[in-house]
Amino acid sequence: MSEHYLQVNTITKQFSGLVAVDAVSFHVDKGEIVSIIGPNGAGKTTVFNMLTGVYQVDTGEIIFEGKPIHNLQPQDIVEAGLSRTFQNIRLFGDMRVIENVLVGTHIKTKYGFFDSLFRTPRFRREEAELTLKAVEILRSIGLDSYIHNYAESMPYGAQRKLEIARAIATDAKILLLDEPAAGMNPQETEELMDFIRSLRDKGYTILLIEHDMRLVMNISDRIYVIDHGKRIAHGLPSEIQGDQRVIEAYLGGAKTNAED
Amino acid sequence: MRKDFIYIVENFLSRYKLIAWAVVCAGMLAVPLFGFSPFIMRMFIMIGIFAILALGLNLLTGYCGQVSLGHAGFFAIGAYTYALMKINLDAPFLLAMVVAMVISAGCGFLLGLPTLRLSGNYLTIVTLGFGEIVRMVIINWRSLTRGPLGIGGIPAPELFGTTFTLTNHGFYYAMLVMLALTGLTCYAIVNSRTGRAFKAIKQDPIAATMMGIRTTRFKVLAFVLSALIAGAAGAFYAPIIGFIDHNTFNFDISVLILTIVIVGGMGTMRGMFLGAIIIIAFPEVARFLMTYRFVVYGLLLIVMMRFRPQGLLGWKSRLPYNIPKAAKKQLEAGA
Repeated sequence: MSEHYLQVNTITKQFSGLVAVDAVSFHVDKGEIVSIIGPNGAGKTTVFNMLTGVYQVDTGEIIFEGKPIHNLQPQDIVEAGLSRTFQNIRLFGDMRVIENVLVGTHIKTKYGFFDSLFRTPRFRREEAELTLKAVEILRSIGLDSYIHNYAESMPYGAQRKLEIARAIATDAKILLLDEPAAGMNPQETEELMDFIRSLRDKGYTILLIEHDMRLVMNISDRIYVIDHGKRIAHGLPSEIQGDQRVIEAYLGGAKTNAED
Repeated sequence: MRKDFIYIVENFLSRYKLIAWAVVCAGMLAVPLFGFSPFIMRMFIMIGIFAILALGLNLLTGYCGQVSLGHAGFFAIGAYTYALMKINLDAPFLLAMVVAMVISAGCGFLLGLPTLRLSGNYLTIVTLGFGEIVRMVIINWRSLTRGPLGIGGIPAPELFGTTFTLTNHGFYYAMLVMLALTGLTCYAIVNSRTGRAFKAIKQDPIAATMMGIRTTRFKVLAFVLSALIAGAAGAFYAPIIGFIDHNTFNFDISVLILTIVIVGGMGTMRGMFLGAIIIIAFPEVARFLMTYRFVVYGLLLIVMMRFRPQGLLGWKSRLPYNIPKAAKKQLEAGA
């Protein structure tokens, strides 16, 4: 098997009888935008939860940069370089926008507890650096006008962007975006598309779960389709669009309806 | 309208920050010059001690979101450690204090361990149990704690050959020093990586985990810090009241500390000072209400929670975020 950046081999997750994810395999190469699509309840978010250590993998393995990362603590996976956003926004609403990003820099912060207690030069230098880094990230995502705001007071689209900014701040190599366009209007989605592309151009690798077909078809290099926990298709956006199994999964084929 | 008022006050205070601090510090330092009665001075000291306790609990509850109903336990451990070190070993003040803090922090560590498995209300019940366990140990470990008889005649603290008393205002100034140290410590912790981790854990533990924060470690740290501060407060409290027994540190005290945190405004430091002033001074100031005073006290709390659930000073600051100076310079140069 050739070396892929992120290699997922036949991972399975079972919830007492229900097989949520059934022997799903896929891979992501460096610098790609890969999407996972599928109808509601297909198991997409469960795949994300296994990738990020929220759930343990029943069987199968996840290899990132040649090292297995399945069943590690979520914190160790973040440290390895995978960072995610959430389908339902999970910002730290009572904290400032910039603080949210600074929380993202947590694992890359090297000063210790006593440095902060005694405000050592090391603490001051690093805090200043982190702040600059956070401002830089917010600028790149177009949120610099909100720096001082509280996260919960921002418009919905901006909150989604802030989730991405926070994930970037962990120095992630792969960004896992869980329905980043959910609830966005067409113009916001358009901006988001441009932004995701710009991330790829900066060297990030992106794994995406999305419902918005326009977004998926426009920016994905490759697409995996999951239904009922199983991978049913894989290919280029143009191939997926014409795939009979995918159309059936989404719209329900005549045959399956007759069998029901 | 009212929000604007707060904004104006905040702006004013931040513009004249140095002057405001100078006035407050001078005022507090000058208190003994006014010749208040020992009763009033004692009340000031009590306010200070409970402000310290509240600052400590605020780290745990206000910032990290772990509600403790057993804080009197740490307070008691600090007080008993100090008293026993003094009486049995004739230990110097600072040593007794440090040992009290260390033992209290150690117990905080142990109490923090259940956070591996428990959170929210379940954890709160564990802390409640802890407070009761400490009382039971005090009652039953007679060879050490003299059981229900309590410990009396606790020697006053001394430093550089001076003994602190109420009349030479040693207690008062020592309280100010402790309060300042606690305040600065809490400020330094809150405005750092640790404080951000605490706040993130309070708001969304899952998102915090996904940002790589080792939530258990930080929750335990919050317990340790909070216990350490309560232990220090206990070590200072013991010689001031002179006599301690198991009832000095009952459940009411735990609730009292938590009440200060809530009334003042959880997750703010300013609130702890005002909360302590109101909660400690009210029963004394309202003596004219006679037997009704605790009814009024309870009613006031209910009314406050109805109209200001975030606490009296619990507003979110509307001043700009405090960007480190070095970073600010560079940002301005860049822009």
